[in-house]
Amino acid sequence: MSRHKLVKALDLDEELDDFNGGAESDYDEVSAGDREQLRLGTIKVREMLGDESGITNQEIEDSLWHYYYDADKTVTYLLSQMSNSQPKKSKKKKTGDGKAKAIGPSPDDVVRKAQNTKKPAPKAVEQSAPPTIGDKSINGIVQGVSEITIEDTKVKGKNLDVLAEFKKSKPRNAANFVVIGHVDAGKSTLMGRLLYDLKVVDPKTLDRYRKESERLGKGSFALAWVLDQGTEERNRGITIDIAMNKFETEKTSFTILDAPGHRDFIPNMIAGASQADFAVLVIDAGTGNFESGLKGQTKEHALLVRSMGVQRVVIAINKLDTVQWSQDRFDEISQQIAAFLTSAGFLAKNLAFVPCVGLTGDNIVRKADDPKASWYTGPPLVSILESSEPVTRALEKPLRLTVDDVFRGGVQNPLSVSGRLEAGSIQIGDTILVMPAKEAGAIKGIEVDSEPSEWAVAGQNIILHLAGIDAKYLKSGDVICAPLAPIQCVTSFKAKVLAFEHITPMHCEIHKGRLHAPGRITQLIAQLDKASGAMIKGKKPRLIKPGSVARVLVEVDNPIPLEQGGRIILRAGGVTIGAGLVER
Amino acid sequence: MRLIKQSIDRDGSGNITLFPEEPEDMWFAYNLIRPGDRLRASAIRRVTTESATGSTSSQRVHINLLIAVEKLDFDTQSAQLHVSGRIIEETKYTKVGQFHTLDLELNRNFNLEKKEGWDSVARNLVKEACDPVKSADVWAVIMQEGLAHLAVLTGHRTVLRQKVEMTVPKKRGMGRQGDHDKALEKFFQTTMDTLLRQIDLTETKPILLASPGFIAQGFLKHVLESAARTGNKALLAQRSNFVVAHSASGYLHSLNEVLQTPEVLARLKDTKYARETKLMSDFMESLFKDDGRAAYGPREVEQAVEKGAVGRGGGVILISDSLFRSQDVCVRRRWVNLVDKVRDTEGGEVRILSSTHESGKQLEGLGGVAAMLTFPLEYLDEKEEDEDLITNGDTNVITS
Repeated sequence: MSRHKLVKALDLDEELDDFNGGAESDYDEVSAGDREQLRLGTIKVREMLGDESGITNQEIEDSLWHYYYDADKTVTYLLSQMSNSQPKKSKKKKTGDGKAKAIGPSPDDVVRKAQNTKKPAPKAVEQSAPPTIGDKSINGIVQGVSEITIEDTKVKGKNLDVLAEFKKSKPRNAANFVVIGHVDAGKSTLMGRLLYDLKVVDPKTLDRYRKESERLGKGSFALAWVLDQGTEERNRGITIDIAMNKFETEKTSFTILDAPGHRDFIPNMIAGASQADFAVLVIDAGTGNFESGLKGQTKEHALLVRSMGVQRVVIAINKLDTVQWSQDRFDEISQQIAAFLTSAGFLAKNLAFVPCVGLTGDNIVRKADDPKASWYTGPPLVSILESSEPVTRALEKPLRLTVDDVFRGGVQNPLSVSGRLEAGSIQIGDTILVMPAKEAGAIKGIEVDSEPSEWAVAGQNIILHLAGIDAKYLKSGDVICAPLAPIQCVTSFKAKVLAFEHITPMHCEIHKGRLHAPGRITQLIAQLDKASGAMIKGKKPRLIKPGSVARVLVEVDNPIPLEQGGRIILRAGGVTIGAGLVER
Repeated sequence: MRLIKQSIDRDGSGNITLFPEEPEDMWFAYNLIRPGDRLRASAIRRVTTESATGSTSSQRVHINLLIAVEKLDFDTQSAQLHVSGRIIEETKYTKVGQFHTLDLELNRNFNLEKKEGWDSVARNLVKEACDPVKSADVWAVIMQEGLAHLAVLTGHRTVLRQKVEMTVPKKRGMGRQGDHDKALEKFFQTTMDTLLRQIDLTETKPILLASPGFIAQGFLKHVLESAARTGNKALLAQRSNFVVAHSASGYLHSLNEVLQTPEVLARLKDTKYARETKLMSDFMESLFKDDGRAAYGPREVEQAVEKGAVGRGGGVILISDSLFRSQDVCVRRRWVNLVDKVRDTEGGEVRILSSTHESGKQLEGLGGVAAMLTFPLEYLDEKEEDEDLITNGDTNVITS
């Protein structure tokens, strides 16, 4: 029997050798999580057995595997084995020695030793309730990992205390803002100008854009091309998808999320707005354009960002040169917009107005040099952006990241995802769980704002390079979460909804950031009081009128990851019919 | 469907022999045949005979069987109808009481006798099924970036044939645009391959392409370009059959909106589904006006009919055909009576919507039945609803 075991041990050894040969990212047979458990378990068993036992690491590991990492059982088993095989011991030892000579200390052990010395002390391990499963399936890994609770938030990799690192790094203020407004209000051009004047884009590139856009007969779009990188976007002269750009001022590092204004691309705008801390609302001051915009996406966008939790809005009243920098026009627009935004639930103190011209750059980074604009004495746009207050992040919460994009990050990283870390922290080596696929993977690399990093915390825009998971399990809108505290997937939920349009039981799409899914409102449960949120007694509503609040039951065909308190947008027929909070 | 023989008495009893000609007719049969009915159709049954010596031999025999229907099963994709029940007439090979599942076949007669008699809805359905004017089938491709639904619309059904889902990377700033364009190209190619597998290029049917933004245009461009490149003449000949329209999303329920766009209406004005979609949107409009002249849900509509609000001069009742498919005879009778009352006593209009079209699904969301009223009933509704609440508590869930 012991011979049998030896053969098995040898096999495993070879396998482990192979693992070491094939980089660190091998999770096929014995996962990283399992190996980690084995290592911790071995240390513990060694402590229990003392030094005098002639048992090899391999045997301990084997038994640990057998007993699903239960150290106590392993020790009993090994001791009984020792007493049983006492007569045969010499023979066994011989073979064991032979093996040791042939192979020497397994490379794996060397690595492990190195890891042990690098770390001051092995983490305290609490053995939880008897484990129930131990096969090598992915589920096993997840459960296995959840069976050890380690005091630190991290399992392996460099085992950094990310939050301490984050504090140490003295982060400068970081803020994401989404640029919203009606189609052709000049959002992209304004941001292009901002980036150009802040020297994020060099004049050479812009010259090239200018030449190319003139060739297409769209000379005035050159600045917008800084953000509109898509082929289709450039040919048609409109923004289709969110563009993400970064710039830094002395105090703050900003991320611009340039949203499309066209109504067809509102799902993309929702994705951008869900990542924003505050919003810049761009308004076309041109005669007639403001009025048509107010009916159009100016209104819809503003309501959307409000319902997604954005509190602060900077209103850039653009293209003022087309109305000769008329102060009356500026005042008129400001008043109307302020009235509308306050009625939509924004506080007046969180609104700021700037007159500007995106195309020429007046009042963007520098003050306007047009003498007609001398009536405006306030600061230019960039200074107003800087006055934004830092936002508190949910650093201590369990990891949540909504996948914005799945792509090939390069030759080294065949599978990468990008997104904004909504809550928690993450570091290289962490095991993550992708919902709704329920597939586990590991973090191979992290990029924070396009710079390689060891870790990332909530609020940062990151790229994760993944290993040990297939691309088919990932799509934009999925949620990456901690295996210990996974997000729940639901097929039906109750939501408190503010109606933008008439709501009846109907088909609709559910949007949450990048996530969108087809579903149905199946039941109007109750009409709610707008101020107190209490149920209005009496009749069950048959129709929810725009502007009123109601509790509805929503069903979706396929499970979607949604949490209580999640902010969702309901859309049907190309219009936003309501926005709400998930209740259950 | 052809009507071969009909012998229905004044009291509704009697039987009908029908001859299904095309897959669509199976859908009619599915709506027509109810549990309890007697169905006679040809069948192939394996018969095992035991000889005197005890050896058994089995053979397949063609026989005509009469069964009492117990269960129906309709396969939407292949349009096949399986009707199972007990045999009620002894034949050479079968005994009474044995079970058999009849697979109704095209181009073979079947004879149906209704247990509850031929009511108005059933008779109208036969009339409709035997209408020689066939509505044209239409293909629809509803897409958005990375998602496409391929569906075929026939007169009475919308069948989702295939769903294409792919990950298309988003735009990624400088120099990385290639990824997106390449993935989009691949998505178009996959969708096109899927479409070509589904459609028969020798037929000329309209093909609707709909999407938000420019995806549909881009797809059409891709189709025509690759047809020209590969010299696919059959596909190029379809050029005039493509109709590009706008939809709010790539999900199938956007089809509703597509069917109301002017481009599409111009091509498909007099089709049943376009009419149904129009009816449904008219109803929604009337509901949103909130003037009390729109009612939905079983209870509300029944009340409205009782009050005489669904009568001459604009009263219309919309009802989903799924309500008539109820396994429960009483439930079916309830709806047949309602429909009869509106049509015969009140003089209102009755429109039976197909539950597989998107407009029908929308109606099912509202409880399967809705009505446009001739006069407002708001006040009464509220009162009745209150009573409902008292009697039923919170359990008055909309049935679907």
